[in-house]
Amino acid sequence: MSGGWKLVDSWVPFLLSILLGIPLASLGLLIAGIVLAGYERLSTSFFLNGPSFDPDKAGIMPALVGSMWVVGLGMAIAIPLGVATAVYLTEYVGSKRVSSIILFNVNNLAGVPSVVYGLVALSIVGYQLGLGRSIATGAIALAFLVLPIIVVSTVEAIREIPVSQRLGAYALGASRLQVVLHVVLRQALPSILTGSILAVSRALGEAAPILVISGLIFVREPPSSPLDEFTALPLQIFNWITRPQAEFKELAAAAIIVLLLLLLALNSLAIYLRARLQARLPG
Amino acid sequence: MPYKTLKAEERAANMGIFKASASGIVLETVDLTVYYNGRKVLDKVNAVFHENRITAIIGPSGSGKSSLLRSLNRLNDLIPGARVEGRVYYRGTDIYSKEVDVYSLRAKIGMVFQKPNPFPMSIYDNVAFGLRVNGVRDENMIEKRVEEALRLAALWDEVKDRLYDNAYTLSIGQQQRLIIARALAVEPDVLLLDEPTSSLDPISTSKIEEVLARLKERYTIVIVTHDLGQARRLSDHTIVLMPDKSGTGRLIEQGPTRRVFEDPINEKTRTYISRSLGLL
Amino acid sequence: MTVIVYTLVSESIPFFREVSPGEFVLGREWSALFSEKKFGTLPLLTGTFLTASIGLLIAATLGLGSAIYLSEYASPRLRKAVKPVLELLAGIPTVVYGYFALTMITPFLRENVFHEMSVHNALAAGIALGIMITPMIASISEDALYSVPESLRHGAYALGARRYQVVFKIVVPAAMPGIIASFVLALARAVGETMIVTIAAGFRPVLTLNPLEPIQTLTAFIAQASTGDNPYGTIEYRSLFAVGLYLFLIVMVLNTIGLAVSRKYSSRFGGAG
Repeated sequence: MSGGWKLVDSWVPFLLSILLGIPLASLGLLIAGIVLAGYERLSTSFFLNGPSFDPDKAGIMPALVGSMWVVGLGMAIAIPLGVATAVYLTEYVGSKRVSSIILFNVNNLAGVPSVVYGLVALSIVGYQLGLGRSIATGAIALAFLVLPIIVVSTVEAIREIPVSQRLGAYALGASRLQVVLHVVLRQALPSILTGSILAVSRALGEAAPILVISGLIFVREPPSSPLDEFTALPLQIFNWITRPQAEFKELAAAAIIVLLLLLLALNSLAIYLRARLQARLPG
Repeated sequence: MPYKTLKAEERAANMGIFKASASGIVLETVDLTVYYNGRKVLDKVNAVFHENRITAIIGPSGSGKSSLLRSLNRLNDLIPGARVEGRVYYRGTDIYSKEVDVYSLRAKIGMVFQKPNPFPMSIYDNVAFGLRVNGVRDENMIEKRVEEALRLAALWDEVKDRLYDNAYTLSIGQQQRLIIARALAVEPDVLLLDEPTSSLDPISTSKIEEVLARLKERYTIVIVTHDLGQARRLSDHTIVLMPDKSGTGRLIEQGPTRRVFEDPINEKTRTYISRSLGLL
Repeated sequence: MTVIVYTLVSESIPFFREVSPGEFVLGREWSALFSEKKFGTLPLLTGTFLTASIGLLIAATLGLGSAIYLSEYASPRLRKAVKPVLELLAGIPTVVYGYFALTMITPFLRENVFHEMSVHNALAAGIALGIMITPMIASISEDALYSVPESLRHGAYALGARRYQVVFKIVVPAAMPGIIASFVLALARAVGETMIVTIAAGFRPVLTLNPLEPIQTLTAFIAQASTGDNPYGTIEYRSLFAVGLYLFLIVMVLNTIGLAVSRKYSSRFGGAG
């Protein structure tokens, strides 16, 4: 009666582990394939040149610079806005109902497809406000895209701070603002930082909203002001992938390697910082 | 098989069990010692459980009562960090030996827990579950046994018209009887109950006590309880566990219930009982 | 949030003055950017759902299987080691998945299995989509499985059930609402995804269910229309927003369903019924 099922019972974990293994193996395949394809194209000229019709002369410089501009500007908007929202939510809003409505909205924002952010930014900022298909527009789109990440990680960090800390500060006569700035934000800093870094890595990799806003133009020079047209690294990758020639696919692979390395560096930084800063704070 | 009866009688003499009242011994532990993550929770417990009798295990919290129970159906195996030393004999076989199929063992030694834990399915399917996982395929037989089990658990009349309702729609007292029915459906030999009525109101409690009193004709019952009144009312034999200074549980007394309560051998038993009953 | 809705709607209204909503939703031909314009989105819709469904199928199998394995069978050490790697999968930019689909999945399939397959096709895109959303399903489902109370498992073991019986007959059904929620949310994500389908699935808005042919999704159209020159105010420009609005509504509905199911789940194990 029970004998036959011993067999099934031992097969099950084996089969399941195969299911687990497939995505993991794909990851490995993917990375291996990319590295093999793109490795040879990595050279200093690759980094210094702009795109060109000649694959041997093409490079990612304007795209890299563009990415830094748009992500940098975007974060400059998103971080203060996100932290302020989070602080407002946790410290200043009394009723649970209001805060849960706001949080609900923030979470919903996280589910919006990234293209839509691009569309909305294009319409409002680009056209209504007249900023055009520029870095500024892109930055705003990215800012709202990553806003939920920052808000949620900050809110969680703030919630973990024991009430006793705040009570202690109030008891010494601190005003609300002072408590917020010196006690709350100080302790939430590590999480805000790591949240920001994660947001940056998300923003760096997003091509869709950038595509919508900037179009697929041939950008030769790196941008010099927020109102310039631009391209970004993921978009450049997209551009090259869609070219029929095999060489451009190799270029795309090389650019992907750069992108992935950047992301790897960022995420490692986040992990390292979290560990480091956590150790310095009181238990 | 009258295995080890001699040794049991020797021990029984030491513990003061009168030979006359001993029926066959179905389960016994020999120097059972249990560790959880290195901490010793039970030390060298030598307990006997008699056929067709109700044996109560009493003692303050932390004395290892549940651990003892869980060692009897090897549910301890599922707890990471649990280690068992010593032996447990079920009708003469060491249940921890390699040849024993633990799954059939658990069908023979059933367990009811403190908080009812019905599966998220219908009442009928809950009771049928044990049968199905143990290979019974004949739907007619399943139907018969489900009804039998529910009758034995005194639940049939209350649910016969809604067998396919979700089990969670029952009251908590009914759920606990459902769990008993579920355990009975696989026709066990022994029924272990871990504080089965501590989550229930007095009325449901007395209903279940009635059920257990009737069930002992067919089954051997072991019940852990912190309600001494219940132990006294229900059980034929009582085992007393007590934590020592280091928190390890030890068996300090066992014997016919009347004697344990009225004329305990161990001073600690006397203190425990009078203190607990005095509070009521 | 409201800003988004407002914008999408306001930009779309002039569009809908020219094209009836009925035709938009049900029409079968889409040629918005050509000289002879037709605005039936059904081909785009089927393109979207074709790729998203393939993705969901793959992700549901891989993700749920992984979740069950990690939650019920794997050692804590293995779980600790594997989970970050799965998270890694989720963090890879979607352009990279698009690259994967076009340069690795498609050639492989064309050479070894489907010799008739075209370079742009829905299957490769669907596969890449599936791998991308697998971590999402795996993580949410694993949480759901993990939170099934231990007492339920013990109750089943106490009746003599074997491990796979406990897992598949008790734990998985108990976690079902959470698992379903993960499916729905993952589907929403797949529907809204742009780059993978733009790169790998194609630009041919045709009503077909054949995954070996090129199709175009809602998102790919938005991508395509953005790259061209569609001045502000033209009907092409507005069609961009109409499609965007449509996409947004679909995704939001899916997300709401998913969140509702998962909320219903969290109240399940409280109390007797």
